[in-house]
Amino acid sequence: MKARRKKLPVGGIAILLAMSLAMVGPILSVIIWAFAVKWRYPNLLPTEWGLKYWRIMLGRDTVIEPILTSLALTSVATTMAALICWPAAYAFARLQFPGRQLFLFSFIAANAVPKFALFVSIAVVFLNLNLVGTFWGVVVVQMLSAVLFMIWIPTAAFRSIPPALEEAGFDLGASHLRVFVMITLPQALPALAASYVLAFVSILFEVDSALLIGAPQITTMPLLLLSLSAQVIVQEAAVLCVMIWVPCFALLLLTRRFMSSKGIAQGFGA
Amino acid sequence: MAEIRIDKVSKSYGKEKALMQGIDLTIMDGEFVVILGPSGCGKSTLLRMIAGLEAVTGGTISIAGQVVNDLEPRERGCAMVFQNYALYPHMTVAENIGYALRVARVAKAERMARVAMVAGSVGLTEFLDRKPGQLSGGQRQRVAMARAIVREPKVFLFDEPLSNLDATLRVQMRHEIRKIHNRIGATSVFVTHDQQEGMTLADRLVVMNKGTIEQVGSPEEIYERPASTYVAGFIGSPAMNFLPGEIQGGAVILENGIRLPVPGLSGLDGTMVQVGLRPERLSLTGPGRGQISARVDFVEELGSARLAHVLVEDIAISVLTGDKLAIAPGDEVGIAIAPCVVQLFDGTTGKRIETAAHAAQQVETVS
Repeated sequence: MKARRKKLPVGGIAILLAMSLAMVGPILSVIIWAFAVKWRYPNLLPTEWGLKYWRIMLGRDTVIEPILTSLALTSVATTMAALICWPAAYAFARLQFPGRQLFLFSFIAANAVPKFALFVSIAVVFLNLNLVGTFWGVVVVQMLSAVLFMIWIPTAAFRSIPPALEEAGFDLGASHLRVFVMITLPQALPALAASYVLAFVSILFEVDSALLIGAPQITTMPLLLLSLSAQVIVQEAAVLCVMIWVPCFALLLLTRRFMSSKGIAQGFGA
Repeated sequence: MAEIRIDKVSKSYGKEKALMQGIDLTIMDGEFVVILGPSGCGKSTLLRMIAGLEAVTGGTISIAGQVVNDLEPRERGCAMVFQNYALYPHMTVAENIGYALRVARVAKAERMARVAMVAGSVGLTEFLDRKPGQLSGGQRQRVAMARAIVREPKVFLFDEPLSNLDATLRVQMRHEIRKIHNRIGATSVFVTHDQQEGMTLADRLVVMNKGTIEQVGSPEEIYERPASTYVAGFIGSPAMNFLPGEIQGGAVILENGIRLPVPGLSGLDGTMVQVGLRPERLSLTGPGRGQISARVDFVEELGSARLAHVLVEDIAISVLTGDKLAIAPGDEVGIAIAPCVVQLFDGTTGKRIETAAHAAQQVETVS
């Protein structure tokens, strides 16, 4: 009998190609636009390549300033969120207290509400507190975007450390602080670093809060991008896009090295 | 002197029913005590209370004459070996072993010397620079032991340390643990659910059940004179046979009407009992001989012996026999039961009933 030949999974390959095109296509198009000087229909690729628009963008103060503002805002907001959320995550992982699950799920619930509506109500409160249009006003709101990553991933990481390791530490003569610093922290560190990077990137791209709380006094990189996108020169928006995208992508790749996707999935209850 | 005295200790979590109540136990200095029981009986909780990893709800625990209820684990002078070893994956073997010394701020040179010495004594010298992830189960177990030994503790606490090892390694490590104990002489408390481990390691066995102590005694005493059906059924492999019956006219009448003569039953007429017969204390004889007749159901070949499962009418009994008798399912056989091997337990409470035959045997053993 003739062995049946294995059929090629044509359908699967087609879906894979379509998905790749849908995901990679837009990014590729933006990258090409960033290095295109002339690109007109019906040409498939630019007719003139170059760094003309990079020189224009990098020469403008109105571009450099929002980048620096964004970096400062994001660093401060992410670090503050880490200082608040990581100890909370440890408490969620190790302590039993009434309403623990409810609290933990409330962080997801906050993310289920349309952010814009949330920020409008916060803006009203901040208006009375004179925080609208200030650096710290934006920092406080942007910290909200970090909470989900900063609580769930570290909670799962702390939970996955067997309590016996900490108990052995106590038994071997170490204090609670020493056990935390020498035993718990080194093992949770990859997950903590990953949560920091994910939160950093999500804050960096945050538009709504900056728009509602910060503008017009505080202009962040995404706000600048928004204003550039509305203009006719596609290349300027594309250059800015690539400028933001490259470091973020590198950071995310680094996270992938720290932590398996399983670890990140565990953070969300998988 | 590192005597451990446990006095009326109880443990409960929140408003739940007490997990453990009124536990009294004294462990002598230098003694090797094994706490034996099924999972959930409270044996690990008791050990963790001695170590200071669980709070005591009531009663007191003293080590070397000092009440330790309110002391931190590090102040109790105990060294615990955990079930999953609890080795630090980010530290090398040497760092794991030396961790307690580092915490105690022992100078580096002395620390290294002590780590090297202990590592040598458990055969870990060549693995000192490895991480626990690169070691086998047995080697990890040795690291956990070394980490406890290096502290020179007053008390060793073992929480089922052999349960993750394969059978051969378990026996090997069991011997090593006992040898280490004999060499160091510190008081040791070992928790396990494996009765063979308990029997072979212990100076004294503590059998626990549902948060209470069922019996304390030497392994031999517990095997020969179990205090209850629970202990009798838990200790010994294959498990003891239990036959329900009633004492009448100096014999036990089994449920199926079979009469089993047992000496020394005077004054016990009408008592409902469970007759306990250890499979290895029974022997098979030809049909019509022995105290009771039975039919062979099936036979398990164990190599060194055979375990015959026989039916006394509708009651199943197992008999361990060293004789390579040619028996097959369906064969009629007799079971020889010497009066002194019959153990009696109260049918309602399960507690042991002493008979004159046991008392006589006891006197014989002592003299």
